Amino acid sequence: MQDTLTDAQICQPENMVYCRTALMTQAPLSYCPGCGHGTAHRLIMEVIEEMKMQANTIGVAPVGCSVLAYDFLDIDMQQAAHGRAPAVATGIKRLYPDKFVFTYQGDGDLAAIGTGETIHACNRGENITIFFVNNGIYGMTGGQMAPTTLPGMKTATSPFGRDTETMGHPLKITELIANLPGTYFVSRQSVHTPANVRKAKKAIEKAIQYQKLNKGLNFVEIVSNCNSGWKMTPLESNKWMEENMFPFYPLGDIKVPK
Amino acid sequence: MATVKGRIVIDTERCKGCQLCAPACKEGTIAMSKNLNSKGYQFATSINDDCTGCINCALVCPDGAITVYRVKLN
Ligand SMILES: Cc1ncc(C[n+]2csc(CCOP(=O)(O)OP(=O)(O)O)c2C)c(N)n1
Ligand code: SF4
Ligand code: SF4
Ligand code: SF4
Ligand SMILES: [Mg+2]
Repeated sequence: MQDTLTDAQICQPENMVYCRTALMTQAPLSYCPGCGHGTAHRLIMEVIEEMKMQANTIGVAPVGCSVLAYDFLDIDMQQAAHGRAPAVATGIKRLYPDKFVFTYQGDGDLAAIGTGETIHACNRGENITIFFVNNGIYGMTGGQMAPTTLPGMKTATSPFGRDTETMGHPLKITELIANLPGTYFVSRQSVHTPANVRKAKKAIEKAIQYQKLNKGLNFVEIVSNCNSGWKMTPLESNKWMEENMFPFYPLGDIKVPK
Repeated sequence: MATVKGRIVIDTERCKGCQLCAPACKEGTIAMSKNLNSKGYQFATSINDDCTGCINCALVCPDGAITVYRVKLN
């Protein structure tokens, strides 16, 4: 008899097991279809909701496709000049040590123009959390080469592929900052499959929880797609990411507290 | 026989037709509609009753367009 349950009988509030967190605003996301930025936003907000930290959180938005993050995340936010989010977050955290303070940054923002701010905030051991979305490209401005672009990868400014002889090598900034004494927890994740989403959420949880310990900077990289910049469909870009990005940027924890 | 029954509800206006949810579903419940939403995206739609409410599709949806329901059958 129960096998003949109607849709209306199943779709009751008490049976709901998943819905978009209320900490995401109603605004439609400005991201391209299939872009990992949306999933990354949602996971961070889910954790903040579950930890009941909405009123106690201040986020810093970058320049890049996620420049409008303050329109999507229903928390207090400040937008920073390109690459300067860790410096802005440093100021905010020092003024409000009891708040949870994080930055959300792309690879162009964090590992190109903002390399100095990133390294020094990490080296100072600022008690902030950095969420770093690495798609190996400047997505917002039309897909130019970034420091994180893979060898041989074609972009608008490396149309024949990145030649490391003339264009240098991709920068593993996450491994670099993990070596600094000021970082406490450093992890690299992705959000393109259900299993990876679950793992990424656990890493985000830790990076938020550890800030309460005041032991230094917590850092989660999310290797993500830029299907527009890579000129692929979303499904193709996720496959390409698995085959090309993950061997160079392997997933997993890079620095865990003793 | 399945001991749980699930249903998904897709916010077709929020959906951007990226197709990431379809291969995330082991039950083959999701396909793209032939219809378009007001932004011109071919939105995702549920095509069978085999949903177990596992939430995998909702986890990978970048736009948070999927709500999942689940009931236990005794
Ligand atoms: C001072 C300054 N220099 C350059 C730019 C142009 N600019 C805007 S976004 C961006 C790169 C964004 O790339 P990334 O941080 O990887 O973010 P994504 O869009 O890929 O998520 C650049 C160079 C700018 N806005 N300000
Ligand atoms: S340009 Fe790339 S990073 Fe920006 S929204 Fe589109 S897919 Fe995402
Ligand atoms: S909840 Fe699970 S079974 Fe149901 S449609 Fe989504 S992925 Fe498929
Ligand atoms: S993952 Fe979300 S946005 Fe993409 S097709 Fe499925 S429901 Fe639509
Ligand atoms: Mg980028």
